[in-house]
Amino acid sequence: MRTLRFLCPNGHLGFAPLKVPSFELGVANRPDFILADSGSDDIGPGPLGHDVSASPREWQEHDLEHMLLAARSLGVPMIIGSAGDTGTNSRVALYVSMIRDIARRHGLAPFRIGWFHSEVDRERLRAAIRCGDAIRGLDGRDDLDEAELGATSRVVAVAGIHPYVELLDRGADVIIGGRSSDAVIFAAPAIRAGFPAALSYYLGKVLECASFCAEPYGAKETVIGSISDHDVQVTAMHPEQRCTVASVAGHAMYERSNPYFETVAGGVLDMSTCRYEQVDERTTRVTGPRFEPATEFRVKLEGAAKVGERYVGVVGIRDPYTIAHVEDVLEWSRSQLRERLGVDGYEVHFNVFGRDGVMGDLEPLRDRPAHELCVVVQGIAPTCARAEEVAMIATRQMFYARLPDVKGTAGGAAFLLDEVMPASPAYRWSLNHTMRVDGLLDLFPTFIDEVAPA
Amino acid sequence: MKHPVSTARLDELAKTIRSKNAGVDRITFDVIFPTRAAFDRVVESGVMSRERIAALYRIPEARITDFVVFEPALAIKFTIARTRPSGSPGDGDIFGAQQYAPLLALEVPGVGDG
Repeated sequence: MRTLRFLCPNGHLGFAPLKVPSFELGVANRPDFILADSGSDDIGPGPLGHDVSASPREWQEHDLEHMLLAARSLGVPMIIGSAGDTGTNSRVALYVSMIRDIARRHGLAPFRIGWFHSEVDRERLRAAIRCGDAIRGLDGRDDLDEAELGATSRVVAVAGIHPYVELLDRGADVIIGGRSSDAVIFAAPAIRAGFPAALSYYLGKVLECASFCAEPYGAKETVIGSISDHDVQVTAMHPEQRCTVASVAGHAMYERSNPYFETVAGGVLDMSTCRYEQVDERTTRVTGPRFEPATEFRVKLEGAAKVGERYVGVVGIRDPYTIAHVEDVLEWSRSQLRERLGVDGYEVHFNVFGRDGVMGDLEPLRDRPAHELCVVVQGIAPTCARAEEVAMIATRQMFYARLPDVKGTAGGAAFLLDEVMPASPAYRWSLNHTMRVDGLLDLFPTFIDEVAPA
Repeated sequence: MKHPVSTARLDELAKTIRSKNAGVDRITFDVIFPTRAAFDRVVESGVMSRERIAALYRIPEARITDFVVFEPALAIKFTIARTRPSGSPGDGDIFGAQQYAPLLALEVPGVGDG
């Protein structure tokens, strides 16, 4: 029975480093591919909007180095999806240059590197809107309009298997992908080799977060998945971890609304018919997923819009009377902002930790604040100078809040630092949409080059 | 039921209680049980219905976009629509990872004791 074996050492490569011992145990099993996803929209809209990584360069390079050396030594392809957290063009270029540097440093024999881009020109989206080709909202969002598009700083499209298959066809030994669905980096080589699409996408779904499909819990450990014409088997490489029926089935529902369906560019994976069985202590076998090919090609889009520059202040409150009236304190701060700056051209946000700073309106205990509170103040405005002033007014005026029966008239708040601090610019997710395309390579230009360290 | 059991907290019956972003507009919650018996007991008790979850989080039921009893993983799963996308200024939990806390102390009634 023919099989292919896929090694995944990390989910969201770069966010925390892979664990080397289980990776080496996995490599000793001589997999046919070494792959990892490096992207996530969990990190918020800032990195996409500002076009930076959320992950430290050292950790990205650590994992790329381990994976490249192992892949070149085994002579198998290495595939990375959604480079540098966001999969923007600059993050793809960053990873390609890291691969070249690592190859040079280790004097590796020549190999071919392929990459593709995922950024979408906003003019293309504007043209689609104008000719009535709706950019449809996901998860209850309205269709995209030109105003929201105009506010958007940067857009990426989420690729399916297609640019990966194209680059493998062109002989790439290493692929650095732009933004893509996590599962497709694994599905692409399996489908290209002729395995059933349903099993191939399922393979990707179960492997995309590495050891998150194993138990006991322990992230960043290597797992190996194998595909045949009839099943997918997944095995934990860490000696203390096992892929069990419960852990593998449980992973199908991780960070998604519905545990049965996964939509990718090109169709929908249906896991409602999956059957799970324990093969050995550390391996679970899965059969029975289905794949429904799309009748119309639609690609998911992610976009971030800048809200403004941002400064942050931190305020403590201990007086129980002030805590009971903290809303009046915040309103005093807001009134002082209005008095000085008017009502437009800035935003202020207060997170009241000890009351509902973590959960906001979902907090059932927001009527029972703790004996001390920490208020984190964010001032946001078009310029840094204005954002700093907004944060400073809102923070410092909490000290001067006028509560009628307060005993402590020397200061109504405690300062950890009598200053406000510059933070990253504030963004918001403006696009969680889909657009129609004629072909699934349309938005994803591919490139290939030789890496020949002299 | 063969043996009467007394009231228990959800965190005494479940092995995993977690929350996490499901995309940028939603937070999904997973409650996973170690045994078929614990799973059945909570499902049958009805304490994790759509209505009860909405009441616990004090939100309209319409904000619960999905509610799934996921038998292969012995899990109950539901999803809440955010009022603003993750990471918008003022969002206190960009990953949505700490929103499960109110579930821990959810009271599951005893069975077979009257």
